[in-house]
Amino acid sequence: MSDVTLQIDGKQVAAPAGATVLDAASAAGIVIPTLCHHERLAPFGGCRLCVVELESRGQHRLVASCAHPVEPDLVVRTRSDKIDRIRKSLVELLLAHAPDSTRLKELAREYGADRDRFEPAEGFCVHCGLCVRYCAEIKKLHAVGFIDRGIRKEISFLPEIASRECAGCKECFPLCPTSYLQAAYVLVEALAFPPPPSTR
Amino acid sequence: MSRVEQRLTSRDALEQAIRTAASRRDPKKRTISTCGGTGCLACEATDVITAFRDELEKQGLTAEVEFRSTGCHGFCEKGPIVVVDPEETCYLQVTPKDVPEIVSQTIRAGKVIDRLLYVDPLTGAKSVRESDIPFYKNQKRIVFGPNRKIDPQRIEDYLAIGGYRALAKALFDLSPDEIVAEVKASKLRGRGGAGFPTGVKWEFTQKAPGDTKYLVVNCDEGDPGAYMDRSLMEGNPHSVIEGVLIGAVAVGSHEGYVYVRQEYPLAVKNLGIAIEQAEELGLLGKDILGSGFEFHLKVHRGAGAFVCGEETALLMSLEGRPGEPRPRPPYPAVRGLWGKPTNINNVETWANVPLIINEGSAAFASIGTETSKGTKIFSLVGKIANTGLVEVPMGIPLRDVIFKIGGGIPGGRKFKAMQTGGPSGGCLPEALLDLPVGFDELTKVGSMMGSGGMIVMDDATCMVDVARYFVDFLTEESCGKCVPCREGLRQMHRILTRITQGKGRQDDLAALEQLSETAVEASLCALGKTAPNPFLSTLRYFRDEYEAHINEKRCPALSCKALISYYIDPARCRACMICLKKCPTQAIDGGKKRIHVIDQAKCTNCGTCLEVCPAKFDAVRKLSGVPVPPPPPDDQRTIAGKANEP
Ligand SMILES: Cc1cc2nc3c(=O)[nH]c(=O)nc-3n(C[C@H](O)[C@H](O)[C@H](O)COP(=O)(O)O)c2cc1C
Ligand code: SF4
Ligand code: SF4
Ligand code: SF4
Ligand code: FES
Ligand code: FES
Repeated sequence: MSDVTLQIDGKQVAAPAGATVLDAASAAGIVIPTLCHHERLAPFGGCRLCVVELESRGQHRLVASCAHPVEPDLVVRTRSDKIDRIRKSLVELLLAHAPDSTRLKELAREYGADRDRFEPAEGFCVHCGLCVRYCAEIKKLHAVGFIDRGIRKEISFLPEIASRECAGCKECFPLCPTSYLQAAYVLVEALAFPPPPSTR
Repeated sequence: MSRVEQRLTSRDALEQAIRTAASRRDPKKRTISTCGGTGCLACEATDVITAFRDELEKQGLTAEVEFRSTGCHGFCEKGPIVVVDPEETCYLQVTPKDVPEIVSQTIRAGKVIDRLLYVDPLTGAKSVRESDIPFYKNQKRIVFGPNRKIDPQRIEDYLAIGGYRALAKALFDLSPDEIVAEVKASKLRGRGGAGFPTGVKWEFTQKAPGDTKYLVVNCDEGDPGAYMDRSLMEGNPHSVIEGVLIGAVAVGSHEGYVYVRQEYPLAVKNLGIAIEQAEELGLLGKDILGSGFEFHLKVHRGAGAFVCGEETALLMSLEGRPGEPRPRPPYPAVRGLWGKPTNINNVETWANVPLIINEGSAAFASIGTETSKGTKIFSLVGKIANTGLVEVPMGIPLRDVIFKIGGGIPGGRKFKAMQTGGPSGGCLPEALLDLPVGFDELTKVGSMMGSGGMIVMDDATCMVDVARYFVDFLTEESCGKCVPCREGLRQMHRILTRITQGKGRQDDLAALEQLSETAVEASLCALGKTAPNPFLSTLRYFRDEYEAHINEKRCPALSCKALISYYIDPARCRACMICLKKCPTQAIDGGKKRIHVIDQAKCTNCGTCLEVCPAKFDAVRKLSGVPVPPPPPDDQRTIAGKANEP
């Protein structure tokens, strides 16, 4: 595919058509923070940490760089006071769920986020969907999924599938930015999976 | 009336059918139109309709009198509504018992029945004709008006008012490009929320590469209290179908879907009947009107979440996937339903299209403001005398909608704010009432057109609590996919709740503003992007109320329960003992000839005493932000003279 030229943080960058702004930035060595993005998964656009400012026809707007396709002559800024302010708030909102997450603590340092800014929110899961999407898109197993909707949405292992598949896979575990996934798995395992015969 | 049953295989055949249908309608013939819309059906309209059919039969008038059960007339609050033509006599709140009298008096003897007429609550003046009622008089009902003229279950009725003529024009007189140009020139903008220029959107889909293209009608209508799309779909489904067909010719689509909210059974039914009848007549399906053009329309019943009205979520839901928005671009015009170019418009948008093609873009564009053309249907509710669906020309001042059409604020109260645009719209103060209604006009002042909700609030409304209420609704409706909306709204709701409970902190407003910026700028879809509007607009126009709550623990509207106290004014209490008996927590101390006193420790702020204290005594007060005065000393609590009388 033909290349598209755009400008990121003042640098001229070429990227193949169909690439995302995040892809183009990474290729040029420009780091944009991400949380819900994974190279092998379809763009999701949930955490919004990767927001960048686009300038086109004199208008500025923020978009999620992990889901926004490159366009010719796009002018992109990956940092500004506004972007930093928004990333700081996002991290603070996430810290209300998972104050001990290593990845979030790292981001908190970078953006000066206060882990006690907001009242604690229930549940460690930050709904990045990495586990669910990885299992569905890469493993095609759907052993873990979301249940309920909106603010009450939760991840849940499907015991019939998980008991068969997860013990030998666990590929999603390292993807989770919090410790929730493993905890949830351990719980389901204890409650629902019969111990394999060898351990008896 | 006998049905037109033959397939219409040419434009001439359509013209013939229109002439036949129209000729069966003698304008001098007595016609009774009874509203059979959902609102009226909720108050006995079915019985009224049956009673009319029986009575006309009984009095042998079925041939002489045309009877029609129609869709919503808009003034649902006063339903069931009956209009007798040609005199246009309008009867409100008709019951089955009134029917024999209407038939013998109005139909036979030509007399008006006074007690069924509209009475102006302010002047006491009565209106006989529908168009003399202030509620209707100040409207411009070009899209919604035909509802009264047709029985939505009879395609002949739609043909009788020239229905499907615009389709014929689109098929035989105009090229697809000319149709798009016409819609562009009309400057019609989407009525579903974002106000995107319809013609421009059609052009995107038309130009998008691909052979298969879909059209979608958005009839999800999730705004609580809004029902204009339902009423159009129930009352005039053919106008929507005709609009879609014209769009199909323009963009080159052969298949469309109507996504109807699950809770709209009558809309689904009437739409289904309309599609069937249109298919029978060759107005839908293969070789439409002998032109060779083919288009199929299917109905899909939606699962009902508010966010499913958002176009990308709606398409997901149509595909049978969870109704969550996805990032745009790609826009549906390029990659929509099943990956194909898809043009999605709101019900009201589609219903405007035949009008534009029939009357021409110039006529349409002659109504409205520079950037907002035509009319808009609003659902006018809240603290207002006349509630209902109103269609007004763009550019009309808000003040006229509230006072001329809506009849002002009832109960001797004062206007305080008007919320436009649905749950994520903004609240506008009195000072902005001369603002002309329009997309950009409303956005500029921190509100929006949305799909056309208008909620009027009086001076007893607390604006902080209003913001809390809408943010609560939106938090519940967030699909949960993105952080600024799901987490941000959750925290905003917590903070707003805290403020209304008198636990607000000095840094709360800054936190709310920061969360608002995050949601507006960084949310994935327009739900999150607009959700802070109720907060931002109330902060902009009613900041003093926030400050009173936070700094003085005072609710200026005397509405927030945690911030008010009930108090009996010793100078006014006449010891009638009514409140004492009614207080559910026995918090009132009193007795014969003894001034009553509320024990603040026992009082739960239920407000019963205020409600029951006789107006002539008017002794109970609400206080906020001030200490409750101590009760009079015991020896001064006896009322001299006769108790019970002022
Ligand atoms: C949360 C949310 C809810 C929406 N609900 C509706 C709806 O109920 N009906 C509708 O027509 N558009 C709704 N929209 C707007 C649609 O996304 C879309 O803009 C519209 O259907 C396009 O049609 P139009 O151009 O004719 O307005 C909603 C948007 C959002 C963000
Ligand atoms: S469990 Fe972990 S990986 Fe899965 S959605 Fe939650 S935070 Fe993301
Ligand atoms: S803004 Fe809200 S409704 Fe829209 S995608 Fe994000 S979480 Fe879902
Ligand atoms: S109802 Fe009013 S007048 Fe009667 S006892 Fe109570 S406060 Fe006094
Ligand atoms: S990384 Fe882009 S939205 Fe999460
Ligand atoms: S439903 Fe009868 S007037 Fe609206």
